[in-house]
Amino acid sequence: MSVQQQANGSNREMVRAEKIVKRFGDLTVLNGVDLSVKRREVVVVIGPSGSGKTTLLRCINHLEKIDDGRIYIEGELMGYREKNGRLVEDSEANIARIRSQVGFVFQRFNLFPHMTALENVIEAPIHVLHESRAEVTGRALALLDKVGLADKANAYPHKLSGGQQQRVAIARALAMNPKIMLFDEATSALDPELVGEVLKVMKQLAEEGMTMVVVTHEMGFARDVCSHVIFMDKAVIVEEGTPEQIFEHAQNERTRNFLGMIS
Amino acid sequence: MFEWNTVWHFLFADPNHLFLIAAWRTLWISVVAQLCGVILGLFLALMRMSRFSYLNGPARGYIWFFRGSPLLVQVLLLWDGLPRIINNPNFLLPDWACILVAFSLNEGAYMAEIVRAGITSVDVGQMEAAKSLGMRYALAMRRIVLPQAARVIIPPLGNEFNNMLKTTSIASVIGLLELTGTAEVYGSQNFVIFELLIVATVYYLLLTTIWGYLQSWIENRLDPNRTIKTELDQKSWAARMLGFGSPRPGGAGTLASGR
Repeated sequence: MSVQQQANGSNREMVRAEKIVKRFGDLTVLNGVDLSVKRREVVVVIGPSGSGKTTLLRCINHLEKIDDGRIYIEGELMGYREKNGRLVEDSEANIARIRSQVGFVFQRFNLFPHMTALENVIEAPIHVLHESRAEVTGRALALLDKVGLADKANAYPHKLSGGQQQRVAIARALAMNPKIMLFDEATSALDPELVGEVLKVMKQLAEEGMTMVVVTHEMGFARDVCSHVIFMDKAVIVEEGTPEQIFEHAQNERTRNFLGMIS
Repeated sequence: MFEWNTVWHFLFADPNHLFLIAAWRTLWISVVAQLCGVILGLFLALMRMSRFSYLNGPARGYIWFFRGSPLLVQVLLLWDGLPRIINNPNFLLPDWACILVAFSLNEGAYMAEIVRAGITSVDVGQMEAAKSLGMRYALAMRRIVLPQAARVIIPPLGNEFNNMLKTTSIASVIGLLELTGTAEVYGSQNFVIFELLIVATVYYLLLTTIWGYLQSWIENRLDPNRTIKTELDQKSWAARMLGFGSPRPGGAGTLASGR
């Protein structure tokens, strides 16, 4: 990509969510949430448990259906298409195609336990992108090296620590050359001493210019790395702004209370 | 007088290989019916788990019928009843076809529930991870979910096949001479029915024993944690019995509990 294109693309909206409503039965988990993520931006979503931040992330990837609103990935409607002015569920092929461009890192890693680390990483590029095994394997080994696990390529997930598993999961998502990476509490299931190694990889990605939406409880990461912080509570976005605005000069009382409790 | 010589003769000295041929019949009927049942069961299970009622409805109905009525009745309905039901007396399936169709349809219903249990046992996160990588449902099923479900499916599948080997004796009712039928027909003609039933039993035991070994071999092959076994072998019997430190299959589950 040329410098010119990059400059043009830097303001490009990678994710846009408009008035998202999501209900689980009688419970409204997202009540009119808007979100805009530009290219190379790192957006961190914070908030108490049950505030809807994980659901928001899952909706972006259409792992949850939404009850109202619209989500666009790079200008393309996600999960639905318009038919006579109404939204209907999009075809499976289309949803899969858009998902293949969006990396998702799960709280519980979800590595494929019947495959080695390397096989986990090359699985989707081979079977979804139909790339040659040799080509993908080279890229996969480079990615495993990047996350510091070159020596674990042939290990099965159950032989790896939580932090190692999560780093393999990140490499697996990156192998698809995604345009956006979504992190759903990627360090919450880890023992405290393993959190750092995963955050380091995430930080490196951010520095390389990856567009990221990160749901996390790691305020240090939010402060140092991100360009935009969103605070959610009770199904809505309460406050958002730069890390400085949110962490130093929060306007809303709920934001201040939450930050006061966790620091 | 019980004639042990007759038993001996038909086991080891029969120039016509009467029971060997019958055992072969038992075996191929079992294998073909089981294979058809597994394939049928796989599709029924996927239908049954679909959120669309036009798929899960028929699957539920099918399973309800074939698990809810005796196999013998199903065989007779197909053999004797079908020509009358469709009011065409010339429509007569050959005996072996009746048996194969009835056994396959019946086995499909049981396998459907076994496959469904296997698929349900795989963590939902696996399907989500596959989808997040851009895989479509069918690909994710084939590459990610079913290989993991297989480990749960194989042991009861082994049971089913073991049962199938013996259930083929129902074929004797419509005159298909598999092991039991052969023993009955030749036994009653020559007044050595119990002798020949013993011969048949020996063959049944032989078949099920061979299958038992084959099954353990398959289960072993499918276990990705085979290396763990060697580790476990080095542990004390108490550790093995109580499962201390034995990693649970499918890494994700272990981590969930440690959260």
